Amino acid sequence: MSDTPRTRVQGTQGRSVLLDVRGLRKHFPIRGGILNRVIGTVQAVDNVSFAVREGETLGIVGESGCGKSTTARLLMHLIEPDDGTITFDGRVVDKRDRAALRDMRRVLQMVFQDSYSSLNPRLPIEETIAFAPWVHGIPKREARDRAHRLLGAVGLEPATFARRYPHELSGGQRQRVNIARALALEPRVVVLDEPVSALDKSVEAQVLNLLVDLKDAFRLTYVFISHDLNVVQYVSDRVLVMYLGKVVEVGPVDQIYANPRHPYTRALLASRPSMNPRQRTTEAPLTGDPPNPINPPSGCRFRTRCAFAEGVCSTAEPRLAASDAVGGGLDAHMVACHMLAPDSGHSKTVLASNTA
Amino acid sequence: MQQPSPVPDSAAPLVDVVDLSVRFVSKDATVHAVNGVSFQLTAGEVLCILGESGSGKSVTMRALLRLLPETARISGQVRVDGRDVIAMAGNELARLRGGVASMIFQEPMTALDPVFTVGQQIAETIVRHEGTSWAEAEKRGLELLELVQIPSAKRRLASYPHELSGGLRQRAMIAMALSCRPRLLLADEPTTALDATVQIQILLLLRRLQEDLGMGVIFVTHDLGVAGEIADRVAVMYAGRFIETGPVVDLMEGPLHPYTQGLLGSTVHGGMRGQRLTAIPGSPPSLSELPTGCAFAPRCPQAMDVCQTSEPTERKPRPDRTARCVLVEESIQAA
Ligand SMILES: Nc1ncnc2c1ncn2[C@@H]1O[C@H](COP(=O)(O)OP(=O)(O)OP(=O)(O)O)[C@@H](O)[C@H]1O
Ligand SMILES: Nc1ncnc2c1ncn2[C@@H]1O[C@H](COP(=O)(O)OP(=O)(O)O)[C@@H](O)[C@H]1O
Ligand code: SF4
Ligand code: SF4
Ligand SMILES: [Mg+2]
Ligand SMILES: [Mg+2]
Repeated sequence: MSDTPRTRVQGTQGRSVLLDVRGLRKHFPIRGGILNRVIGTVQAVDNVSFAVREGETLGIVGESGCGKSTTARLLMHLIEPDDGTITFDGRVVDKRDRAALRDMRRVLQMVFQDSYSSLNPRLPIEETIAFAPWVHGIPKREARDRAHRLLGAVGLEPATFARRYPHELSGGQRQRVNIARALALEPRVVVLDEPVSALDKSVEAQVLNLLVDLKDAFRLTYVFISHDLNVVQYVSDRVLVMYLGKVVEVGPVDQIYANPRHPYTRALLASRPSMNPRQRTTEAPLTGDPPNPINPPSGCRFRTRCAFAEGVCSTAEPRLAASDAVGGGLDAHMVACHMLAPDSGHSKTVLASNTA
Repeated sequence: MQQPSPVPDSAAPLVDVVDLSVRFVSKDATVHAVNGVSFQLTAGEVLCILGESGSGKSVTMRALLRLLPETARISGQVRVDGRDVIAMAGNELARLRGGVASMIFQEPMTALDPVFTVGQQIAETIVRHEGTSWAEAEKRGLELLELVQIPSAKRRLASYPHELSGGLRQRAMIAMALSCRPRLLLADEPTTALDATVQIQILLLLRRLQEDLGMGVIFVTHDLGVAGEIADRVAVMYAGRFIETGPVVDLMEGPLHPYTQGLLGSTVHGGMRGQRLTAIPGSPPSLSELPTGCAFAPRCPQAMDVCQTSEPTERKPRPDRTARCVLVEESIQAA
């Protein structure tokens, strides 16, 4: 494919940072035994930092349990972090600052994977969509008009669908309703947690097209979470790769997909089925499963599956750092691996200086 | 790089299905889950049934071993290894399942018993089907765990299923399915629930086992990429019918049926950034009220009047390909 890079990518470069996340941490204690004592900790999100610019789509990828949904719930303040700060549009959001929290709950909205359980089964969908605007003081009539406009925007003819109940819709239609509901308070950022994962391929494509259209029409910013690397490549401007609660690599989408630097990102990309039956995959890039997130490996969490692991990888944690001469800034390609840190003591650090 | 193996054409079929239909009948509705499926599988061949959720993939496969509930009405002919499955009595069926043919699932706990160790379960299956001694069966169990590349196999024989990680549990289920050297392996989305890095390991394992043991495999998936990695031949299923079949390379490079074409256009892969996806409008029909005519007509960009009235017959544009669409020409028989 020789398609020109989308203007969207360039268009967002000068924009300001809308969401700034620093040092986010969430550990869940695990209880067990007859005394129900704490027997371990899931380090679901551990020292995660990233920024999202106005108008861009930040993709978050990683395997099951790596902390994607926990990150989303922290962003939405559905759970409180153990540590770290979230700054929205220049204002630190703190749970004690009720006004800031309320504002943020309006301008930040979320769409979940499970289209069914996130809709009220006893309400016609127009009421589900109109509910939040109405709670926020918009007259009932106006809220319903808005619901109808949004149904139209997500491709559901209001005359046909407005009075239907969730069980009278297909999975793809329900996900459209969820998207309409998320847009009802005119948010600026939408956090989408696996929004198409439960959908069939033919319907997934419809919803992806829709999300692209809505983003332009309503000038939205997306945080798009998925385990599907192809979908993330399709929608994202920048991509963040997580492994066991840590960010291992982040950068512009073309950098991550054309020039992945972290051994995990490389393996993850190479694990995708080839889509070309004439050139099938001959060797699995990794062996074994991701380790148990309870009490993860010391040092680099990927070391138990990494072909390049050395002594230093078990004793020191690699820092997320710019991997090339382009240097810092929001468009930096950052990697957390000792091989890319010149003074780490890893024997293969040449990898970094060669390509920089 | 590896390519799909050519399909041997002279061998007698391992599976022979003629006009299979399955309906689920209840007071409220009749679900037409499978509507006239015919196909053959040769020994050593891998057929992928590709389709979206509810298209009838699992029901088709379960019908081959008559693993369907009481409410199911099966018609048509199903032969496995030359034997008529529809006519089989209970004890014959029990010998078929886990003997000549065995099955693996998306969720390994459907096949594994939580209260017995992996070793006990495998040994028990072998003793039951082949009447070997327990010691002999245990020895085979160890070989099987090694065959499916479970590390520290000896120690793992004594593990309970819940003590294993997702990938290991999947391998244990495969070992169990192979315990009586089946000639036919039925796999119902065995990698769908797995993470990307584990899925490719299990796919490669299955492909290697299939080649080494010469099994025929029917592999159900909704993922085109997975089919591309494992299939010799693909059958695309829609509303309970095989709407297109063909060798995997031909089908993926030159789909004939508008639904298959739409499915390929809808599948996001690298290099599609910035392009609009050619999504198929609408959603699959309800199987309790099938449209007359072509079941894909309500979503088909090329539908014509004739498509609304009669169900398109199967065309054979080439000896190894079929499609159920009026736009596909029957081949002119070469003299
Ligand atoms: N309330 C909780 N109590 C204990 N552990 C939790 C809780 N919520 C999440 N976890 C654990 O934290 C880790 C990260 O979970 P999270 O849901 O963020 O993963 P994810 O990346 O979204 O995975 P998936 O791809 O499966 O959705 C997992 O090990 C999970 O089991
Ligand atoms: N036991 C059952 N009773 C009634 N309907 C069933 C039963 N099992 C499957 N079906 C229906 O048959 C159709 C095909 O199902 P299935 O083969 O499981 O689809 P898939 O292609 O997703 O594997 C669906 O409409 C499903 O709801
Ligand atoms: S830090 Fe060490 S173990 Fe971690 S990815 Fe780099 S080389 Fe591998
Ligand atoms: S038969 Fe008609 S409706 Fe069906 S796929 Fe072909 S053109 Fe489309
Ligand atoms: Mg999640
Ligand atoms: Mg199924």
